[in-house]
Amino acid sequence: MRARNYFVGAAFALLAGGMAHSALAQDIKIGEINSYSLLPAFTDPYRKGWQLAVEEINAAGGINGKKLVVISKDDGGKPADAQTAANELVSSEGVAMLAGTFLSNIGLAVSDFANQKKVFFLAAEPLTDAITWSKGNKYTFRLRPSNYMQAAMLVEAASKLPAKRWATIAPNYEYGQSAVAVFKKLMSEKRPDIQWVDEQWPPQGKIDAGPVVQAVAAANPEAILNVTFGADLVKLVREGNTRGLFKGREVVSFLTGEPEYLDPLKDETPEGWIVTGYPWYSIKTPEHDTFLKAYQAKYNDYPRLGSIVGYQTIKSAAAILAKAGSTDPEKLIAAAEGLTMPSPFGEITFRKIDHQSTLGAFVGKTALKDGKGVMVDSSYKKGADYLPGDAEVEKLRPKD
Amino acid sequence: MAFYVVQFLTGLASAASLFLVASGLSIIFGVTRIVNFAHGAFYMIGAYIAFTLTERLSGAFGFWGGIVLAALAVALIGVIVEMVLLRRIYHAPELFQLLATFGLTLMVEDLVVLIWGPDDLVGRRAPGFKGAIDFFGQNIPSYDLFLIVLGPVVLGILWLLFQRTRWGVLVRAATQDRDMVAALGVNQKWLFTSVFAVGVFLAALGGALQIPRDAVHHAMDLRIIVEVFVVVVIGGLGSIVGAFVAAVLVSELNAFGILIFPKISIILVFLVMAVVLIVRPWGLFGKPEAAARKTPGLTVNPWRPLTSNERLMALAALVVAAMLPLFAGNYLLTVGSEIAIFVIFAVSLHFLMSVGGLASFGHAAYFGLGAYGIAFLAKMAGLPMIVCLLLGPLLGCMGAAVFGFFAVQLSGVYFAMLTLAFAQIVWSIAFQWVNVTGGDNGILGLWPSSWAASPSRFYWLALGVAALVTVALRAMVFSPFGYALRATRDSVLRSEAIGIDAKRIQWTAFVIAGTTAGIGGALFAYLKGSVFPDNLGISLSVDALVMVLLGGVETVSGAVIGAIVYKALNIWLVSQTDLSKLVLGGFIMLIVVVFPKGIVGMLEMLAQRRKKASPPGSPLLAKPIESAE
Repeated sequence: MRARNYFVGAAFALLAGGMAHSALAQDIKIGEINSYSLLPAFTDPYRKGWQLAVEEINAAGGINGKKLVVISKDDGGKPADAQTAANELVSSEGVAMLAGTFLSNIGLAVSDFANQKKVFFLAAEPLTDAITWSKGNKYTFRLRPSNYMQAAMLVEAASKLPAKRWATIAPNYEYGQSAVAVFKKLMSEKRPDIQWVDEQWPPQGKIDAGPVVQAVAAANPEAILNVTFGADLVKLVREGNTRGLFKGREVVSFLTGEPEYLDPLKDETPEGWIVTGYPWYSIKTPEHDTFLKAYQAKYNDYPRLGSIVGYQTIKSAAAILAKAGSTDPEKLIAAAEGLTMPSPFGEITFRKIDHQSTLGAFVGKTALKDGKGVMVDSSYKKGADYLPGDAEVEKLRPKD
Repeated sequence: MAFYVVQFLTGLASAASLFLVASGLSIIFGVTRIVNFAHGAFYMIGAYIAFTLTERLSGAFGFWGGIVLAALAVALIGVIVEMVLLRRIYHAPELFQLLATFGLTLMVEDLVVLIWGPDDLVGRRAPGFKGAIDFFGQNIPSYDLFLIVLGPVVLGILWLLFQRTRWGVLVRAATQDRDMVAALGVNQKWLFTSVFAVGVFLAALGGALQIPRDAVHHAMDLRIIVEVFVVVVIGGLGSIVGAFVAAVLVSELNAFGILIFPKISIILVFLVMAVVLIVRPWGLFGKPEAAARKTPGLTVNPWRPLTSNERLMALAALVVAAMLPLFAGNYLLTVGSEIAIFVIFAVSLHFLMSVGGLASFGHAAYFGLGAYGIAFLAKMAGLPMIVCLLLGPLLGCMGAAVFGFFAVQLSGVYFAMLTLAFAQIVWSIAFQWVNVTGGDNGILGLWPSSWAASPSRFYWLALGVAALVTVALRAMVFSPFGYALRATRDSVLRSEAIGIDAKRIQWTAFVIAGTTAGIGGALFAYLKGSVFPDNLGISLSVDALVMVLLGGVETVSGAVIGAIVYKALNIWLVSQTDLSKLVLGGFIMLIVVVFPKGIVGMLEMLAQRRKKASPPGSPLLAKPIESAE
């Protein structure tokens, strides 16, 4: 919590001192936007991640000798406010590029802004496929594996299950809808024998878990796809455990292996779910070890997936800026397209064809260990292996 | 069959938790007439404190003791809030207390994250109620059974409290006619404080009892507050039995509705409320509100058009504002445009609220409809910007015409809640109809044509429209139509007696306000280049209310100042700190205490007082008043 308090203090100091600019003219500035006040559970580790990255970059001499400064803004979870922040960063702070965002609609709003104002935008977290495909534009790049990629990773494991009767539970908004749609499509392609027997669409953040669990159980599926996360997931798991919904049924679940969502479940973690996530405790690669040690040394806390996303967002931005040797957006785009760089998960590339990075995710099973939820039997899935072929991508994405 | 029984019982369990919170809100509103926006915040603090206590205290006693202690602790916080904050503003204009409790809610949302950290917390299961009971092959959680029993027990205790104690008699009397209770010598202060404490206790208990089934997190309050309001209104304000029946009705409809329409939950409560209010304007168990005895504040200080000097001053202010592009950069100009747009939005609501006496909780619907109007015209029909700007607001106008017709049949809080229901219905259509509206991913790429694209030109456009709209609405206030509208606000009976068709006048006002909001929304769509369901959402409706109340609901154009102060401060704080809600909430509460008539209302009062203190030619009369002060 110390880092946060420091930040709070800094914020108040800023308030008191008015618009004090600490950045010098020759610094390279990145404008960062995220839903800090709305989604602190994710954005707190995310901020720690990018702060670590900034520290490392500047300790190593900055970007081509210039100091990197990240100016961070809160969007309060509203697309309109994110655009106000983006405008401030671009117009008054003169940032070289925009980065960040969590929610899909905010990512799209900022991406549209970037397209209109001709600013480079590196979307960190938004999962929607639209941001690189149907509403993609040349100024926008995206780091995290998309909905499609995560669905494809899960389908690979799910299609091997014997289950034929499937039910879905997903939050009733774009993320849930598209996750279910892609999963269904890919799954039915691989397994034409599958039946979809029920679907439940609780409102995001407002699940009435008891009736939902009962309704799913009544359809008597052999397997369940879950897309809920956060507090909804907690309620669903608790009701499901008590009512025996998961007994004898396979469950495939988006994002549940991420520490942000798995850790709160504590001893109620359901066992044997196939999930995407981030088992930081069992990744044994030199790249990740280096990151983990640095993170734990700085914060005395373990990283969440948000930490990785924050860290790699700024690392990627720095790599793009360094290669471009300029802050001109056209040069940044040219530099970013096809750029390969290291990450805690191994080497990643920003694809030229759709500006999606090939950062992957871990797929594994949930398990209980010492009263805590963990991911076991996990393996890293490279993003590049779970994207559709180039011909298909070109059909999905409008021409620039 | 067993399945349907279990689904019914599950619905009852959901109803029980909803009822606990709703009953508290209903009691508080019934007696104090406070629209307690902070009720969800008390629910959330209850859950947080209960989490801490149940983690620390061990054993079964520790758990249940922790739950009760948490509810008591929060009730104590409620008492302090009531005594320090609300007591000061009972005599402020109607709904002003909403502003205070809104400020409190904002602060609490940031405070819980500061105190308990950002992670979702999952508390212990209730000792003795961990498992499930087998019912013909279906599992019923035993905790659900506990809640199912608890609901009616609390209802019974409250009934006894209200029917069999002196305190209960006083509370019921105050619910019916609080002025009469005061006239009979009952100490209202303590009655209100105790009622508030009981209401908050119930909210906190409802929150604390969620620990074994829910996660504790900082957005719990918003998740429940609107739903609870809806339940209270469906049941009829002030009616505990009504709240219980409504909670059961809503929960059961949801439990069985999702079997047929899995996407129904998102809108169900609002549909039920809209239907109930159209059929039974005072809710299921409510009674028509007694005609309020209005304080004659408005008649003492009647509205008047601006004097020539004031007109010149307003013009000068406009000229100064128009010179902003000479020295400000692009960012400030865009912020300026946004503020101007919110001035339009706020004055449109202000027209409805202060002139028409109709407080809408769903005004964002018409703002958002205007914005979507632009999106449809520009993206689908491909019309040029100027045509879009002229036609786009018509969608807001049509929405207002349809919904306004039903809404103006009601009055007071029922009117407000029906407008909220309509707004939520429109919102959910925008949210769900993905093929047309793009769902929550919105419609992108609505940038202005080149003639208005530069920030300074767009700023002038927004400023010009805002000035025109403000002047037009002011002119309307002092037109015959405005007088008629004010007559219906001050007394429907008397205005009808002199031949004014009150409903038609109010409906017209509703349409005017809706269309004006649509103009704001249309400009907003071009400012942001995109439209999202957010533009129709509850938080935007609340923002508009806050702007009007902040400016002063009893003034002619206070909303202009309210919008400028609130929006500018909001944008600045969000840009400067993550704790913008904490600071903004604190600021709002300060304003509420210092300026109980709103900023402009207070300034007017001061000006009035100075004028009275030194009327030319009668210094003798003025002196004693001054010294008396």
